Amino acid sequence: MEFLTTLGLEVHTELSTQTKIFCSCTTEFGGDPNTHVCEVCTGMPGTLPVLNEQVVEYAIRVGLATNCEITKYNKFDRKNYFYPDLPKAYQVSQLYAPICQNGHIDIEVGGVTKSIRIKEIHMEEDAGKLIHDPWDDCTLVDYNRCGVPLLEIVSEPDFCNGEEVIAYLTKLKSILQYTDVSDCKMEQGSLRADVNLSVRPVGTDELGTRTEMKNINSFKAIARAIEGERKRQIELIGEGKRVVQETRRWDDNKGSSFAMRSKENAQDYRYFPEPDLVPIEISDEWIERVRGELPELPDTKKKRYLANYGLPEYDVDIITGSKFLVKIFEEALEACGEAKEVSNWIMGEVLRLATDTSTDIEDINFTFANLGKLILLVKNNVINRGTAKEVFEKMFKENIEPEQYIKENGLEMVNDDGAVREVVVSVLQSNPNSVAEFKEGNDKVTRFLMGQCMKQLKGKADPGTVNVVIAEELAKM
Amino acid sequence: MKITDEMIDYIGILARLKLQDEEKETAKTEMEKIINYMDTLNTLDTTGIEAMSHAFPMNNVFREDVVKPSVDRDIITLNAPAKKDGCFKVPKTVE
Amino acid sequence: MELSKMTALEIGSKIKSKELGVVEVTKAALENIEKTDKAYNAFVTICADKALAQAEKVQKGIDDGTLTSPLAGVPMAVKDNMCTEGILTTCASKILTGFKPTYSSTAVRKLEEAGAVILGKLNMDEFAMGSTTETSVHGATINPWGENRAPGGSSGGSAAAVAADEAYYTLGSDTGGSIRQPAAFCGVTGLKPTYGAVSRYGLIAYASSLDQIGPIGKNVEDIAEVLSVISGHDPKDSTSVKQDSLKITLTNNIKGKKIGLPKDYFGEGLNPEVKASVLAAAKKLEELGAIVEEFEMPELQYAIPAYYIIACAEASSNLSRFDGVKYGYAAPEFNDLTDLYYKSRSEGFGIEVKRRIMIGAFVLSSGYYDAYYKKALQVKAIIKQSFDRAFEKYDCILSPTAPTTALKIGENLSDPLKMYLGDIYTVSVNLAGLPSMVVPCGFDSQGLPIGLQLTGKAFSENEIMNVGYAFQKSTDYHTKKPVLKAGKEA
Repeated sequence: MEFLTTLGLEVHTELSTQTKIFCSCTTEFGGDPNTHVCEVCTGMPGTLPVLNEQVVEYAIRVGLATNCEITKYNKFDRKNYFYPDLPKAYQVSQLYAPICQNGHIDIEVGGVTKSIRIKEIHMEEDAGKLIHDPWDDCTLVDYNRCGVPLLEIVSEPDFCNGEEVIAYLTKLKSILQYTDVSDCKMEQGSLRADVNLSVRPVGTDELGTRTEMKNINSFKAIARAIEGERKRQIELIGEGKRVVQETRRWDDNKGSSFAMRSKENAQDYRYFPEPDLVPIEISDEWIERVRGELPELPDTKKKRYLANYGLPEYDVDIITGSKFLVKIFEEALEACGEAKEVSNWIMGEVLRLATDTSTDIEDINFTFANLGKLILLVKNNVINRGTAKEVFEKMFKENIEPEQYIKENGLEMVNDDGAVREVVVSVLQSNPNSVAEFKEGNDKVTRFLMGQCMKQLKGKADPGTVNVVIAEELAKM
Repeated sequence: MKITDEMIDYIGILARLKLQDEEKETAKTEMEKIINYMDTLNTLDTTGIEAMSHAFPMNNVFREDVVKPSVDRDIITLNAPAKKDGCFKVPKTVE
Repeated sequence: MELSKMTALEIGSKIKSKELGVVEVTKAALENIEKTDKAYNAFVTICADKALAQAEKVQKGIDDGTLTSPLAGVPMAVKDNMCTEGILTTCASKILTGFKPTYSSTAVRKLEEAGAVILGKLNMDEFAMGSTTETSVHGATINPWGENRAPGGSSGGSAAAVAADEAYYTLGSDTGGSIRQPAAFCGVTGLKPTYGAVSRYGLIAYASSLDQIGPIGKNVEDIAEVLSVISGHDPKDSTSVKQDSLKITLTNNIKGKKIGLPKDYFGEGLNPEVKASVLAAAKKLEELGAIVEEFEMPELQYAIPAYYIIACAEASSNLSRFDGVKYGYAAPEFNDLTDLYYKSRSEGFGIEVKRRIMIGAFVLSSGYYDAYYKKALQVKAIIKQSFDRAFEKYDCILSPTAPTTALKIGENLSDPLKMYLGDIYTVSVNLAGLPSMVVPCGFDSQGLPIGLQLTGKAFSENEIMNVGYAFQKSTDYHTKKPVLKAGKEA
């Protein structure tokens, strides 16, 4: 029997506001346990929440960037459940009136564009962290993360396979980064995904029973979790068993998932409107202001790059996929006007050095305009490409200023025709055998002679010029 | 409405309350009486009436996104029945 | 006149004029509590040392001119559901055993800034759930007007302490009548301000959309002054209204004021003595120049079920945080996390609190939300509308506060539903968020006080307090004192 897979995603992203959603504690990652907390975010009796306006602003931004309708009249609701990472024993979230609804994100897989519908985006608070203490065999509770603002972005079950899921996540991540609402650091938990998955035999319409896998925190793990869960469900059906609707945890090390909730966690969250917060009314003016301030988004940028710069689609995908590469591209382009060259440098040296030095793309920190300058220096024959690569490595690692560095280290090309000719003549004179071979018809020796000349010129001459002069001098002999 | 044993047990799970057997019997009778009294609301037609969670039309109460110093963790954990290394201490959570 | 029998403003003015010192007044108040409170159990915590230290500080402030409030130096006390920094705050519940907040509620902080001296914390029904102050883990409070009488609740300690002259004024909280009903039963004056007029920050929530802090005192002037201190916007409470504190101007003139009597509140179930007394009060107001009219508000019969659904639902969520992990009582022995939760909560909460948590969990649970919770919120809207209509015609609504006078200790505990029905005249006001006050208006044949309830539209505290003031000026019920058990020799 062949099976079709249906997938839906719930993505949680931590917003990069300065303060938490309902109190003025910092959202900074890390810190000693319980040092970024106050009475409000630890749920002390009698304390009350006050909403951070920036959270609403960011939510609207993401909603508009994902083609959602913005809900004019917003409310918060309480989701009630007991767990030590949730100090009030309820999470303030949005059930009845989420801030964004009915959006979509377009993804491209195998050259085909597909639209993934977004059901809703809602605002909520993050929970704390539980640390296992092996000495006492107990759990320690750290509330630093408690109250960090989250957006939960819920897709419709529009995915058929892991590849589509990854394409969606990649696109979503770049939108969140473009709009400056989240740093999307999966390893720090600021982007997390829950995957809903069901399978059904080909030829049937009714969706199978779905399971949910929680908080998977890397793209690779998501791909593995999807494949693992798909197989598990198909095997169950194959053995004549039923898939149980449940929440499962994917253990990426073991490569398998296991059921998480017990009967003590009847999933009856008793949502009701949060009485401690008043409704949020979002005016058309507010929405339009945010729309006006939205940066150019990945899809639009890609179209513009393709139309204006004549770059290969692959390169454009890579560059526009990361707001940080875009920044490098646009700042370097501004300095030199050579789109093709800038793109080549990014696809080549920038990414190579990032990999070689294990630098995250967002942490690349040379002055990007200097890449433009470097490109102009090559174009204007001040240095040759080989020198440029050396200089760039210095730029990448130490953020040196290329012109000054080239001057200080005497790396300019020898463009004086006379000086080149002098070296060529002297090389030919000291290599009579090679000259003789050339006369006998062996063209290949010119390469050797070329090497000798460049060596004496310390690589600082334009190889084309050197070639021409060698040819001229050989002809004279 | 009849409040059954299953319902009382289920509500107990939701509310994390365990009743002794005799407590449970009383709870059942009393809850049934109270819930049935609450059912008198059904005699009032509320069609088309919007549910009102706040009595006054207040909205958009916001705070500026400016960090204020957090509270010392010794103060935050001052009242904790069990603590360790600046954390609240609970029995091992299994996951 | 005996020091303890003076009003808050009288004491305040003698302190201001240096006739009395703050420390002297505080010491006298503490001695008085020591002497009388064994009989009433109004206080659950007395903080003598802190009070005396505060008294000295306040005296300095008065002397150097930084403290100018008429209440500066006046000793008072606070219901035990308001957080007080460094002072035990238990909500009269075992589950908050030993809890010393590291912050103070905004209302308390504002009073302290005005120079209040806090004598201690006052008894209440556990988590303010009750109408008798009998569900307290600290034992019942006794009504100073009758040895075997409950003071009403849930702010029974706050009302009894004022009636027994143990504190010049107190803070209470009112979710469904918890200031007004005990004020009526104890023959004192109490105000539930408009929802949002006083910050709820630091008030340990029972039902967040209904709770409101308010003053209880010996007369209208005193509580008007307290209101002016504790009211006003608080950036820490999103539901606190963005306006200045409420300043009350008492004129003793109510000529032409239109007062409505809801017929539905004078029918079956109302004790005839209470009815007669309240109707006599209406007559008195008429004599003073007000226009008094009866009107109908049949929707009021739905207030109790709607109120209990909403209050219990919110309570079930608000009280979930008490789990033995962060503060308060933790079960000494447990097998695992779930067991710690079950045991701490089952051992820590009293029977009435458990009942309301369970009702609340039920009405919110899957499959019942629409039939109960949502329905109740719709009824709330209907009740609010009918009040809006009434206030198009009237400046003030006059009614009894409770169907009876103070009940005997133990009389109501056996039948929770009967107890809930006793809240019939008070809960609708909380649903609609309105201000409402109680002034003493007589006594029944057993000598137990009766209170008159005056309700106004949102933020019309000035209006209703003027009606109460005019009534008080022409009557002397508020000056009557119970014969105090321990104070007999004085």
